[in-house]
Amino acid sequence: MTDSRAGQTALRTFADGPLTGLRRIDPRMRLVAAAVFAFSTVALHEFRSLGVALAAAALLAAWARLPAAETARRVLAVDGFIVLTLIMLPFTTPGETLVTLWGFDASRQGLEHALRIALKANAVILALLALVGTLPETTLGHALARLRVPEKLVQLFLMTVRYIEVLHQEYGRLRTAMKARGFRPRTDRHTLTSLGYLIGMLLVRSLERSERVMAAMKCRGYTGRFPLLDDLRSRPADWLFLAALTAACLALLTADRLA
Amino acid sequence: MHIVDGALAAPVIVAASAAAVGGIALGLRALTPEALPRAGLLSAAFFVASLVQVPVGPSSVHLVLGGLAGLMLGWAAFPALAVALALQAVFFGFGGLTVLGVNLVNIAAPAVLFGLLCRPLVRSAAATPAAVAGVVAGGGAVALTTIMVGLSLALSGEAFIPAAKLVFIAHVPVMMAEALVTGAAVALVRKVKPDAFGLVAAPARA
Repeated sequence: MTDSRAGQTALRTFADGPLTGLRRIDPRMRLVAAAVFAFSTVALHEFRSLGVALAAAALLAAWARLPAAETARRVLAVDGFIVLTLIMLPFTTPGETLVTLWGFDASRQGLEHALRIALKANAVILALLALVGTLPETTLGHALARLRVPEKLVQLFLMTVRYIEVLHQEYGRLRTAMKARGFRPRTDRHTLTSLGYLIGMLLVRSLERSERVMAAMKCRGYTGRFPLLDDLRSRPADWLFLAALTAACLALLTADRLA
Repeated sequence: MHIVDGALAAPVIVAASAAAVGGIALGLRALTPEALPRAGLLSAAFFVASLVQVPVGPSSVHLVLGGLAGLMLGWAAFPALAVALALQAVFFGFGGLTVLGVNLVNIAAPAVLFGLLCRPLVRSAAATPAAVAGVVAGGGAVALTTIMVGLSLALSGEAFIPAAKLVFIAHVPVMMAEALVTGAAVALVRKVKPDAFGLVAAPARA
């Protein structure tokens, strides 16, 4: 995951950008489009159709004007355990031997399986970053609410994104204080205990802040509902975008099945 | 421990997504208007804590802190972790979209299980058993998560089984780190704010 340095924001979204192209499409349509794209992409099988899906995701990214270097970094940053799993697949899948490394046979079937997973994962993430990652967090929350996601879950979402930055700065202050006392992270028990205290203190401060937040919300008449002020509107162009994307996904799926 | 899109079989995704929806629903029942700001702030705090890098030998790992989330949030850890995972997928490109339910169940179910099991000890006993309960919850939750991640892969194809075993062994240092960090965090929170554990109760009374 992204490492956390002082002075950087915790949630670095792609929301700051020119409000053109893909970024003008209704957020709800973009969310639905991302789901349609993801589910149809993971259902593909042929390499040709996976290539088309990846190219389509790249087109979406270009249309959303995602910054290339940062986007590539996020798409390629996968968990080490997934990398390990993919590397091992050719050696653990029975089938026609392609190469032999240190006495282990790598099968064509396994290599193809691993490649398929990598292509699908990258295509979906790229499309997700382009379609949804370009939304401001609150807009995403409102779009989820308008798509009938339970109200309480949306409130929790909005509350979380509202305070991530506040608590990240709190974390930064605690970390600076530790550094001022000469703390340097090492692989030992002292480091783990100190980081545990740090996280404990962060939790205590967030609990105390939540009490103040609750009091302030009550003062303003909070009874469990959060009026959402937004101006989400779908124009014909938004519906056209969703329809075109769905049609393209269905066409690709059909071509994939017939191949 | 985020599985990516395209690796899992459809039945695994469907079953886990159904379980995820159930878990979120149970968690939301526990979220009364009174409990919402607390859960929201804690959810944000856990998101920030998951950015902390912990050195392990020459490399470093990020903590999941599922056990700690379960101890402090109970069933509400389900929706809180759902929010965190959605944010990580959408803004960091971590994990994926179709596997969101799988990743959620793999992380949140052990969190809630160990959280509820260890909470009585954390709440009532003296300082040392409470810290030990924290160690158990922290280490146990991440161990069970690793097993469930391996199981999700193994159920999707036999070829994944050797990798799943290796992943478990590779995560033993992470389990130890989680255990000790959680133990220390529990000890501190108990000392500084004794009423911190268990305000968001199980949804039984809703």
